Amino acid sequence: MNGIPPHSIPTEHGLIVAAVLFVLGVTGVLIRRDILFVLLSLEIMLNASGLAFIVAGARWLQPDGQIMFIFILAVAAAEVSVGLALILWMYSWNRTLDVDCASKMRG
Amino acid sequence: MFEFIWLITAMPFAGFAILALAGSRLSRRGVSVIGAGSVGLSAVVSILTGVNYIFQSPPGGAYTQPLWNWLAVGGFAPVISLYLDALSVVMVVVVAVVSFFILLYSSEHMAREEGVRRFFAYMDLFVGSMLVLVLADNLLLLYLGWEGVGLCSYLLIGFWYEDDDNVRAANKAFIITRIGDTALAIGLLLLFVHLDTLNIQGILAAAAWQWTGGSNLAFWAALLILGGAVGKSAQLPLQTWLPDAMAGPTPVSALIHAATMVTAGVYLIARTHVLFTLAPLVQGLVAFIGAATLLLAAASALTQWDIKRVLAYSTISQIGYMFLALGLGAWSAAIFHFMTHAFFKALLFLGAGVIIAGLGDEHDLHKMGGLRRKLPVTFWTFLIGAASLAALPLVTAGFYSKDLILFTAWTSERGSFWLWAAGLAGAFLTGLYAFRMVFLAFFGEAKSAVAERPGRAIHVPLIVLAVLSLVSGFIQMPAAIAPVTVFSDFMSASLPPVKMVPVSWPLEIILLLAAALVPVAGVIFAWWFFLYRPGLTTAFVGRPAAASIHRFWFIGWGFDVLYNALFVRPFVWAARINRGDFVDLIYRGTAWFSAQLAASLSGTQSGMIRRYALGITLGTIFAVGLVLVL
Repeated sequence: MNGIPPHSIPTEHGLIVAAVLFVLGVTGVLIRRDILFVLLSLEIMLNASGLAFIVAGARWLQPDGQIMFIFILAVAAAEVSVGLALILWMYSWNRTLDVDCASKMRG
Repeated sequence: MFEFIWLITAMPFAGFAILALAGSRLSRRGVSVIGAGSVGLSAVVSILTGVNYIFQSPPGGAYTQPLWNWLAVGGFAPVISLYLDALSVVMVVVVAVVSFFILLYSSEHMAREEGVRRFFAYMDLFVGSMLVLVLADNLLLLYLGWEGVGLCSYLLIGFWYEDDDNVRAANKAFIITRIGDTALAIGLLLLFVHLDTLNIQGILAAAAWQWTGGSNLAFWAALLILGGAVGKSAQLPLQTWLPDAMAGPTPVSALIHAATMVTAGVYLIARTHVLFTLAPLVQGLVAFIGAATLLLAAASALTQWDIKRVLAYSTISQIGYMFLALGLGAWSAAIFHFMTHAFFKALLFLGAGVIIAGLGDEHDLHKMGGLRRKLPVTFWTFLIGAASLAALPLVTAGFYSKDLILFTAWTSERGSFWLWAAGLAGAFLTGLYAFRMVFLAFFGEAKSAVAERPGRAIHVPLIVLAVLSLVSGFIQMPAAIAPVTVFSDFMSASLPPVKMVPVSWPLEIILLLAAALVPVAGVIFAWWFFLYRPGLTTAFVGRPAAASIHRFWFIGWGFDVLYNALFVRPFVWAARINRGDFVDLIYRGTAWFSAQLAASLSGTQSGMIRRYALGITLGTIFAVGLVLVL
């Protein structure tokens, strides 16, 4: 194993996939009004950055990228649990999942 | 013995401190004991110092007592130090003694006042400041005392502050004297910049050495000092505050606005006489101001009905005589007249206070009358005071001091016929208005009942001051009467003698006779007009031309009207226009701009999460783009 193994996927391809995924996630956050889909889009963005870490770790043959991905997974899990709780509360408060209605909170 | 001179100023300040800090725990009697007693101790120390000075004069005729360093910044290191020479000995003794007797008088006169503690505290502060003023060895310390007496004058004119008129009079006095004080402060800075010291003797020595006679710097320095003196001593053109200052209690008028503070200007000019000798133009101006003021004020005094305003105009007029003497270079004659004037004018004010209190706050001369029998002690002492003011020959002190000034006005190198004539005309008017007061108040028929008779604490000061008004003149006599020149010999250590043009023997006798007989003529006229034929004046004033002159003199030659039109009204107008204060526009503009910015930016805090996200995204793209491009 010296350097990059043969027949492996080039780093650029992995990064392009990650970038496409990230842009999809951002677009989803910006244009979706349903808060569930916003949360989903956020997950996509997190995974995009996780993919970028993995690709970078593979490029330099370092385990750090995978360690970072585990951290990101933990953050994503925490975020999802808090986010879902908030969504539940929001739905019971306002009977809607429209994210723009959250501006009514005025806080 | 001289090392105790700091006590002279420290005593009144201690009295002030006790009254201000612990006065509420003292009884009314305790307050007046502290108030008058502290000044009494100071008077005792000053008399002892004076006696010691006469019999055991310090080397060089002057004693300096450095107390401590005030501050030291660069080359500027004023020392708090007291300076005692012949001039300050005379000033200190007169100020302390007169102050003590006036405070003794106040202990009875003011006994039933509401604010008696405040009164004595301010009076003590005043006496302390005045003594600092006359003992100061540098101009900065002198200026401190100068401002201190101004402050106390303001506080005491407005003593009955519940009446708006009194407050207005206090403001007027403070603001007008402030004009002079500012000139004095600029003069001090000028002297310091050019002579590099504020020590008075240092300045006088350096000025005499560095400046030539008539030089520009000497001219400006003398003119600015004159400005301060004119404001404080109520001379033309800043004299208008003094008649209104009579709004204060009578002892205040006696002490501050007759005997001591208003003569501070005379002291200042005498103290810095070298500067005036170097600026002959300004010295001529001093003489002219004095002559003009003494005539104008004497004419106004003739028309007042308020006894205190008569005395106020009379004070302005008598200080005019002192300025005349200063302008002639007769420094010691000015101080001599200051001394006799302090005695007889304080006496007259105290007598007037007895009358005013006795008649239930009655100031109007025309409503008095016949008080001769009801207030005998007051009558005799007031008569002595008025005789001394009018300068009745031979027996009164005022005669000797005024005769010296009139004689100098003719014979001094700087004198002239016109200055002498103005002084003589003033002497005639003085006799007239002084005895107009006496005849209206004490003779004729009684018009109101005396409700209150004075006690011993009032009689003692009256009698002592009356004796001083008679005998204090005998220390300096005209050569034609007796060759007594104790006072000018005494003063010669600190003030140079006047340069005389020799006059012939008969002329000297004629001058003496004129100075002696003209006041007598004034008194006879007063008797004729106000006692023998009282109808004459009313008939005379009834004529339209005479009535308008009377009115013009009554309002003090229209100076108030003029200043109102020239300064007060334009200022009030400008203040009204500028009510919004245009300087504030800058600050209000800044506040308005911030508020606008906040209002427009607060629109971005919409609560719309997607917009926030968009903002973050665009910001990131911009930042990353920036990194990529650069």
